[in-house]
Amino acid sequence: METLLLLLFIFTLAAFLGFELISKVPSQLHTPLMSGSNAISGITIVGAMIATAHIGGEAAKWIGFGALVLATINVVGGYVVTDRMLGMFKKKDK
Amino acid sequence: MRDIAIQIAYIVSAGIFIMGIKMLGSATTARRGNRLSAIGMLLAVIITLFDQGIVSAGIQGYAWIAGGIALGALIGGILAKRVQMTGMPEMVALLNGFGGLASLLVAWAEYATLPVLGLLPVSGEMRFTLIVSALTVIVGGITFTGSLVAYLKLSGKMSGRPFLFAGQKAINFVVMLVLVAATVVLALALKDYSATAFYTLIGGAFLLGVLGVIPIGGGDMPVVISLLNSLSGVAASFAGFIIGNTVLIVAGCLVGASGLILTVIMCKAMNRTLGNVLFGGFGAASSGSGGG
Repeated sequence: METLLLLLFIFTLAAFLGFELISKVPSQLHTPLMSGSNAISGITIVGAMIATAHIGGEAAKWIGFGALVLATINVVGGYVVTDRMLGMFKKKDK
Repeated sequence: MRDIAIQIAYIVSAGIFIMGIKMLGSATTARRGNRLSAIGMLLAVIITLFDQGIVSAGIQGYAWIAGGIALGALIGGILAKRVQMTGMPEMVALLNGFGGLASLLVAWAEYATLPVLGLLPVSGEMRFTLIVSALTVIVGGITFTGSLVAYLKLSGKMSGRPFLFAGQKAINFVVMLVLVAATVVLALALKDYSATAFYTLIGGAFLLGVLGVIPIGGGDMPVVISLLNSLSGVAASFAGFIIGNTVLIVAGCLVGASGLILTVIMCKAMNRTLGNVLFGGFGAASSGSGGG
């Protein structure tokens, strides 16, 4: 139970931090910011890795494997797409 | 000792994500911020390889993980390299949908490994885990199908016009009630009904994602994608509660909160409110590729 409360505690702090992190964002950065944070939400890849290696049974392993493939697509695709977007952005500025 | 090292690495990784998001908000640092955040992700992935559960699964576990990451990286890399610049917003929607589904599947995989329900006395913590599993499935499922519809609308594979029909709101309300009921049944941990409740949650969430996005016009899709991006963060964070993983909770919650603020900012830039975008049922007239 104590662990749980501790987890709720860091969840709450992270929420406040997230709200404060974004303030004035120039509108041309809206899409890259969305895309970049979308890549971060692929952090579920860590959960998928743990689920894939689970010794809890064949079904769980395959479901975990599916999660891992999808999360990796999210992470790799997300970072590459964002990088491409921002690379374009820079050239346009010059 | 190893656990402490892993936790410290997760803290570093979370710190890197915070800096990364901050840097993404300014034109001069955005690209570096994104690359920094990628390093944070790499760190989290590498350190997870030392997780107790993964280590004890042995060489076979590593083989499965390597296979999954290789396959995902290949598909993700090809998708991201091939997409045209004009097609970026819908690609983000698609990738975001995959992330939401991944969190749903993590919840499902964990649910599938639960000890036989109904035989053991259900502890308070187990009940909490079941409720969070239900929430992960709901949010992840809505993210998945909602993002798919957004992708289809933006890419022109589906009409960008708002799709409205009689009794839409009543149907949404009924689906939400079903989801609440299924969550309660799941939390009660009744042996005979648990699995049905779980599958009902998956189906209901998928349905709600579609129903929620089809009435919104193509011109408003960037705002919708931003909101769904926030939701995929929330789903990841909830999945973190299921497996008790701090970096999932923190990084997911950061995306959830900052994504919500970004969504509101995007609405303001269009002189709209979020409620107006989500429930207004128009926005078809404006251009479909905006958002940036």
